[in-house]
Amino acid sequence: MRVDELRNMFPALAASVYGKPLVYFDNAATSQRPRSVVEMLETSIYGANANIHRAAHHLAAVATEEYESTRDAVRDFIHAASREEIIFTKGTTESINLVSASFGEAFVREGDEIIVGEAEHHSNIVPWQLLCGRKGAKLKVLPVDDAGHLQISALADLITSRTRLVAVTQISNVLGIVNPVKEIIAISHAKGCPVLVDGAQGIVHDVVDVQDLDCDFYAFSGHKLYAATGIGVLYGKRKWLEQMPPYQAGGEMIGTVKFSGTTFGPLPQKFEAGTQNINATPTLKPAIECAKLMRDPELAAEHKAVREYLYKALTSDPRIRLYGLPQRMEDKIALFSFSVEKAHHEDLALILDKMGVAVRSGQMCAEPLMGRFGVTGMLRASLAPYNTMQEAEFFIRSLRKAIEMLV
Amino acid sequence: MAETIEEKKQQIIDDFSMYDAWLDKYEYLIELGKNLEAYPEEKKTEDRLIKGCQSRVWLDYNVQDGKIFFAADSDAIITKGIISLLVGVYSGRAAGEIASDDFGFIDAIGLKENLSPTRANGLLSMINTIKALALKNC
Repeated sequence: MRVDELRNMFPALAASVYGKPLVYFDNAATSQRPRSVVEMLETSIYGANANIHRAAHHLAAVATEEYESTRDAVRDFIHAASREEIIFTKGTTESINLVSASFGEAFVREGDEIIVGEAEHHSNIVPWQLLCGRKGAKLKVLPVDDAGHLQISALADLITSRTRLVAVTQISNVLGIVNPVKEIIAISHAKGCPVLVDGAQGIVHDVVDVQDLDCDFYAFSGHKLYAATGIGVLYGKRKWLEQMPPYQAGGEMIGTVKFSGTTFGPLPQKFEAGTQNINATPTLKPAIECAKLMRDPELAAEHKAVREYLYKALTSDPRIRLYGLPQRMEDKIALFSFSVEKAHHEDLALILDKMGVAVRSGQMCAEPLMGRFGVTGMLRASLAPYNTMQEAEFFIRSLRKAIEMLV
Repeated sequence: MAETIEEKKQQIIDDFSMYDAWLDKYEYLIELGKNLEAYPEEKKTEDRLIKGCQSRVWLDYNVQDGKIFFAADSDAIITKGIISLLVGVYSGRAAGEIASDDFGFIDAIGLKENLSPTRANGLLSMINTIKALALKNC
């Protein structure tokens, strides 16, 4: 498949801003939606809108089928052992909060420890800080080196008999380097410690097999994977989910309710309190198909060429400092965070915006990492397979012009 | 004879109307930012930071004979250009005159609509800080 054929599936990419063609390079924040996802949303609202799991009528049966078949599609996509291990949430952040609240309640005591990576998104830091605050536990940090690689060699010594969980991102939303999570999991498991993987970026760029990784939890969002906003997934190994108390209560998550006490439903309903996002959840099905389509060899080859062009252009300009320099090129995704000497990231973003180029600027929800590199913010260009070489070249020309205006 | 506050505002509106494209207006703001009077490093303190801006903005002032004199800086140059506009119009004016001003020239040059919402909020924070200082010294 050619890139222009893929682009035609995403009407938003044809937009103009300020009379200039939109160059959308903010995919790590959220991706654009293919027509198939919008059509699914329409189908689920007009053709299958009823509350699931409870009513006896036909429409409810259709809605339940749409919702539950999405669980099967997700199970298949990440190769989970069973569909009961797939919990629908509103996104990565809620998935991580669910684990910190529920796993934390069951397994974390005063004096225990949680380990997070230094390059984590705030969503994989703050829930653990809150948990540690509640329990009197300690948050420890696995550092990254100057190039942006997690210092895996320090992990075994960092884990003690009091460490209850390691929470680490598969791909940092700032550094764009694929972390060796399989190795991290093996090291942690050897010391008896389970691992949560933040897959918000990872799910978009990698083929994920949770059984092969052997992760205990895997969290991701729908909206970065071309699905509608407001839906996400928590994968958890059954042995953990069964031991964890409910996160929220109400709706279909119960077994029996009496004023003398309540029993809870089986997995996965135990963790899906209240009416779920029943309209949007089925959009994960076409979104997953779209993500699979993007693995097409022709598209992958073009995406690789674009990625290598940008890496070269950004690292060969002495005014630009790129963060996240991979040891092996195949570990770098098409996500480039950088700063420019004597030019503020806000100024650059403002000028690029007027040229039609959408990039992210600021702390990117990773303030500790900004401190690690001694900056108040960065500029980030993050691409999807629907971005073209022509756009990448335009971006570099625009960036050079913006730098010349400012310096 | 010094310009009145209205003359100064009109001059900025005229300057901005010379440029059609927003990139050119940015270029103009960048020039203003680069030419803003140097701000002492030791005054880049936490208490002089204006809250709510995307980039760091420091505002210092002193009062002489009922007039407020502003000095400001930012680590972002376009922001610095915007501050330069505000300092240019309001520095050296009577506190009462600043407090009662409507800051309407900012709307007239279309600045708010051409900043992202978070940056427009930052601009509002700058204006509110200047107003609050003026009110305090009335």
